[in-house]
Amino acid sequence: MSKKSYRQAINEAIASEMRRDPTVIVMGEDVAGGAGTKGQQDAWGGVLGVTKGLITEFGPERVLDTPLSEAGYIGAAAGAAATGLRPVAELMFIDFMGVCFDQIFNQAAKFRYMFGGKAVTPLVIRAMYGAGFRAASQHSQCLYPLFTHIPGLKVVIPSSPYEVKGLLIQSIRDNDPVIFFENKVMYDDIEEVPDEPYTIPFGEANLTREGDDVTIVAIGRMVKMANEAADRLEKQGITCNVIDPRTTSPMDFDTILDCVADTGRLVIVDEASPRCNMATDISAVVAQEAFGALKAPIKMVCPPHTPVPFAPNLEDLFVPNADRIEKAAKALMNYQIKEPA
Amino acid sequence: MQLSREDLLTAYRTMRTIRDFEERLHIEFATGEIPGFVHLYSGEEASAAGICMHLTERDHIASTHRGHGHCIAKGVDVMAMMSEIYGRKDGVCGGKGGSMHIAEIAKGMLGANGIVGGGPPLICGAALTAKTLKTGGVAIAFYGDGASNQGTTLESLNLAKIWNLPVIFVCEDNGYAEATSSSYSVGGTQTKRAEGFGIPSVEVDGHDFFAVYDAAREAIQRARAGGGPSMLHVKTYRYYGHFEGDATTYREPGEAEKVRKERDCLVGFRGKVTEAALLENKDLDAVDAEIADLIERAVKHAKAAPLPTEEDLLTDVYVSY
Ligand SMILES: Cc1ncc(C[n+]2csc(CCOP(=O)(O)OP(=O)(O)O)c2C)c(N)n1
Ligand SMILES: [Mg+2]
Repeated sequence: MSKKSYRQAINEAIASEMRRDPTVIVMGEDVAGGAGTKGQQDAWGGVLGVTKGLITEFGPERVLDTPLSEAGYIGAAAGAAATGLRPVAELMFIDFMGVCFDQIFNQAAKFRYMFGGKAVTPLVIRAMYGAGFRAASQHSQCLYPLFTHIPGLKVVIPSSPYEVKGLLIQSIRDNDPVIFFENKVMYDDIEEVPDEPYTIPFGEANLTREGDDVTIVAIGRMVKMANEAADRLEKQGITCNVIDPRTTSPMDFDTILDCVADTGRLVIVDEASPRCNMATDISAVVAQEAFGALKAPIKMVCPPHTPVPFAPNLEDLFVPNADRIEKAAKALMNYQIKEPA
Repeated sequence: MQLSREDLLTAYRTMRTIRDFEERLHIEFATGEIPGFVHLYSGEEASAAGICMHLTERDHIASTHRGHGHCIAKGVDVMAMMSEIYGRKDGVCGGKGGSMHIAEIAKGMLGANGIVGGGPPLICGAALTAKTLKTGGVAIAFYGDGASNQGTTLESLNLAKIWNLPVIFVCEDNGYAEATSSSYSVGGTQTKRAEGFGIPSVEVDGHDFFAVYDAAREAIQRARAGGGPSMLHVKTYRYYGHFEGDATTYREPGEAEKVRKERDCLVGFRGKVTEAALLENKDLDAVDAEIADLIERAVKHAKAAPLPTEEDLLTDVYVSY
């Protein structure tokens, strides 16, 4: 056990699985870098250095730099997965799914069911998501709701270095296509992470803190924001559950419903655009299953329904933060049902 | 066609503006004041200038993440561009786009692009508009060697051919896509690829303004005359890293310095026009001074310009929740 960054935890997860299983391969644009150049090989190790060193240990046959052809190589990864390899393909920014979406949602996602259970597709697609990097409209989106919507895909959104390692190892060992969302502003986050491989199962939410008054469900980086808000609320005598679902497909609704049954108040924090996102999805299930437990309407803390703006001051207004979460929780505490006139 | 004195000064001014704009951004980026990703076009100026010299506002271009040069050559206001890169309200996109999304449709500039390979299909659309409405316009898709491997680019070549669209595909091959050499990533050659689609193509020295200018004239004339698409494979080089902050360890030490010293498009241009006594050094020096002043003013202005306001977050979108 030692302190490791989110970046390092991902690197370790991939490396340990590549050591364990020779069918695990890595591919993507500049996952090594330097291909065909006269300079250094492994020059980048991914655009933010996450896969650095893998080509040195595993060689260019298992760590493949691809041309700028997402439809081609993501599709090839799906095909390889269906025929005996376990590719970990990097899409760099999830926004680039636009170029290759067919290969993911019509092809990889459907093989197992459509072929009557005769195919497995052990494919992991890693991609960065999220705002706050000043990366503007086409490099900042969340987009996990789109994948969550599609049967056959598993969707993983790790919220910390410890989580990212265990969930990635689980993803690589899983036999279904997994879309793995890494928050680009979290790569330098640091915490204790075991050196040895471990897995975190899908569909089991992490109750990151327990309280009596408000349940906060938060996705990905928002888990950190939610805990920050919960710290502040605690000082004001309001205690919270903070739930990290870890995976949105499968989604652990049971833990959410149990907590809502206890607190009667629910805030959902989702960095994805506010329509048809995880917040609306969870709200719908809670409204269906736990209507009687609610002491106040559900609050959703989300960005506005706009593309992500470039200007830093606008982007800071865009991304949900601890202030907004705190305010939402307090509004629920102060909520009073109006008697009909 | 002999270029007039005015034309030559315009060409030089365009290239000098791009160069100074980019060199200054390189310096300013290092201070940490410029947010986001910045991809510089230094070294490639002759391509944008040599092609856009032939264009007017009825013609369209689509650019890339490395878009500043194309924007300047197409006449986008330099002050407004600088403000945009600093995320200011008076930026050309109100600060909402940033370096990678500078666009000005009214000037025929369909946008820099954060998605590699995003431009070529769009430019087929612009060419379809020109053809359908008989505007006489042409449409230029600038794209890199990396982008040449996108399905979208290859599909666009085919589409432009079978619809006989007035498109010029300009593959700016600077040898790299990020840290990957085009010698690794590109199968076949750019010109043979175009030929495979039945599209006339030519390889051009992208360090030589006049070579680009001449090749572009022929392709653009053909497109305007209803002769359909062409492709220029412009061999060029970027002086800086893929983006600002890239340590460029995938290059040989001294590689960029060598190209800058031996093949710089501005130096080459100056040599040619002064040797042929078309312009004097002092004419070019005057342009240098004028542009140095312009860039200085642009940066000063951008740094002091007001930020977008909270209300701006929710405008320019049909509905916000
Ligand atoms: C669809 C897509 N894939 C990947 C990227 C990341 N990316 C940005 S620029 C670039 C390399 C582009 O190379 P090239 O087309 O040669 O243009 P250059 O940068 O050399 O001007 C890559 C891989 C992207 N922006 N969009
Ligand atoms: Mg290139």
